[in-house]
Amino acid sequence: MDKSIKILIVDDFATMRKVIRNILKQIGFENIVEAEDGAIALRSLKSQQIDFIIADWNMPNMTGLELLKAVRTDEELAKIPFLMVTAEALQENVIAAVKAGVSNYIVKPFTAETLNEKIVKILGTD
Amino acid sequence: MKVVFINPFLEATVEVLKTMAFIEPVPGKPYLKNDNVAKGDISGIIGLTGDARGSLALSFSEGSILKIVGNMLGEPIADMNGDIKDAVGELTNMVSGVARKKLEAAGYSITAAIPTVVSGRSHSILHVMGGPSIIIPFETDSGAFVVDVCLSRKE
Repeated sequence: MDKSIKILIVDDFATMRKVIRNILKQIGFENIVEAEDGAIALRSLKSQQIDFIIADWNMPNMTGLELLKAVRTDEELAKIPFLMVTAEALQENVIAAVKAGVSNYIVKPFTAETLNEKIVKILGTD
Repeated sequence: MKVVFINPFLEATVEVLKTMAFIEPVPGKPYLKNDNVAKGDISGIIGLTGDARGSLALSFSEGSILKIVGNMLGEPIADMNGDIKDAVGELTNMVSGVARKKLEAAGYSITAAIPTVVSGRSHSILHVMGGPSIIIPFETDSGAFVVDVCLSRKE
């Protein structure tokens, strides 16, 4: 697995972005950028090469699901792996995210091991 | 308020703090709250709607929240800064999410709004329902906090 990939963390809570950033560092990822909501994330995705997206579901302006849909319908961005992070464990949300083309789904609260497992599942172990 | 509504919040609180902050809070005996004064120095409040309606508040003493957020971020925190406010909102969100998942399993589908955070000593927590709320007290090595739940089944 290439640990030098650029990961975009999208969450309206600065604390959660820090928590995710810390976990990513623990598991060897250092190339990290952040965005406060889906709209800012989308601008960021247009202006630089991003290899992996970790986005919260519940955000003002543009939710994680709206961001996912925007990414999947944009030719240039469509193939970027997208991991949805959320406190919403409801079945209908999981179905909506899968339908929209999410790569995987992680429910808060989660441990470093769980986040690592999800990333490995998406990127493979090579 | 139905007893079936208390345990999901109690279990969710323990689960969230154990996973995110590596702290296992010890729950005390739940009791009926009879005023609007918050028990802590900073509180996160979130509205709940669906098959049951009401709100959830987490109210932390300064000592308990400094330790919790310090553990979450992996760095000690000395005072009540913006990180703390932010983390209280996020913790409220997570407890609400885990509790709603448990309530869904019990047949209640509930959705939540975006949390609000209030700080300052003796601030008020007014639940939308206006009805009685249940306090679940918790102890940690660094201080106490409470989970304040006001939830009624939709008629």
